Amino acid sequence: MKVSDVVERLGWRVLAGADELEAEINGGYAADLLSCVMAGAEAGDLWITLQTHTNIVAVASLLGLSAIVVAENAVVPDSTLQKAEQQTMPLLSSPDPVYETIVQLITLGI
Amino acid sequence: MKQRFALLGFMGRGDALSKLHELVREVRVSRVMTTAVLTLPPDATMRELKDLLREHRISGAPVVEDQKLVGVVSIEDLIHALETQQLDAKIRDYMTREGLVTAHPQEPVMEALRRFEVTGIGRMPVIDARDKLVGIVTRGDITVALLHALQDLYNEAEAMQDRPQYFFEALESENTSLQLRYRVAKGDFSGGGDASAKIKRALLRIGGSPQLARRVAIATYEAEVNLIIHTHDGGLILADIQPTEITVVAQDSGPGIADVDLARQPGYSTATPEIREMGFGAGMGLTNIERCTDKMSLWSALGVGTRLQMIFKVSPEETGEADKT
Repeated sequence: MKVSDVVERLGWRVLAGADELEAEINGGYAADLLSCVMAGAEAGDLWITLQTHTNIVAVASLLGLSAIVVAENAVVPDSTLQKAEQQTMPLLSSPDPVYETIVQLITLGI
Repeated sequence: MKQRFALLGFMGRGDALSKLHELVREVRVSRVMTTAVLTLPPDATMRELKDLLREHRISGAPVVEDQKLVGVVSIEDLIHALETQQLDAKIRDYMTREGLVTAHPQEPVMEALRRFEVTGIGRMPVIDARDKLVGIVTRGDITVALLHALQDLYNEAEAMQDRPQYFFEALESENTSLQLRYRVAKGDFSGGGDASAKIKRALLRIGGSPQLARRVAIATYEAEVNLIIHTHDGGLILADIQPTEITVVAQDSGPGIADVDLARQPGYSTATPEIREMGFGAGMGLTNIERCTDKMSLWSALGVGTRLQMIFKVSPEETGEADKT
């Protein structure tokens, strides 16, 4: 399933990287500690987090993740949005808490 | 390093326009001309000319006697012969003898191009110093040859661009390595990961596999973040890339780690709550680094500084060559 499919079916907002939604999603990973993400997330994963700091973009692009999903409509600073645009990393926003967000993804078969 | 790459870039790519200038001066007529020339002897008839032009769809031919160029005969001459119904007349009576515009095999194509421009003719017989016909050249021949030469140059430059590992092969030494250096500023969280991203990109560009680039990037990222969070005034990241081994060193000048063994324990961190709020300080950095490296050594002294050395062996599957097969 592609990032664009998830956006369409769950109605999430695309905060950055709207032109980069064609990546195939391999799986998912959820954590707010960057080192855990570094250790655990695989290339192509969707990363569900509440972190909104600019460094999430660096982590996601170093790992080659398919997109970052910020849960609970958390407010993402402009600096992070700009960095995501620069590094062409899709940044999605889910209105639901992390747990519900993950359940929805699992329902879609991710 | 930047300078050296800029130099290599200049040598590899060049400037297309200056290359074109160089080519029109350097390329000789002999390289672009056609040597298998259709000719007629002066004693042939205009009817033979007609058949030749029709069969080969050409509009003229050199007239050759004893291998020497004695004239040219064109479709216009044939029309004159047709008008007066003189198809059995000899070519020598219709051909142009005087003021023949010819080219020489050793002259640069630029000279030939100029003559095409001035005279407006479409082709030139090529004759050597003894008037012997050795070929024929058209504007199209020159254009095609120049385009091919430019294409070759472009391909060469592209190969260099796409596969800079050729540099490794082209440079002879007992031990060639590529060194990349980055300064990491204390507290620069927004720039965190820049050095790692650049090293990753460099590895991919010189032919490293995505897996290799990934583990080097993860380990370097953790080291980079440590410099941002824990140092007095940032530090340096040095990457030494060799065909079989990559060494990345992160070093700083303080404060140093009080207990290196403790620092290496998973989950141990001295990061402040503010830093943890940003998602750092999980105490997993060195654990992650160990997992990604083949050898890690950490040296630190309080009040002096810290030096973290990470060695990555490049396995054959990680050179990127295996990916293509």
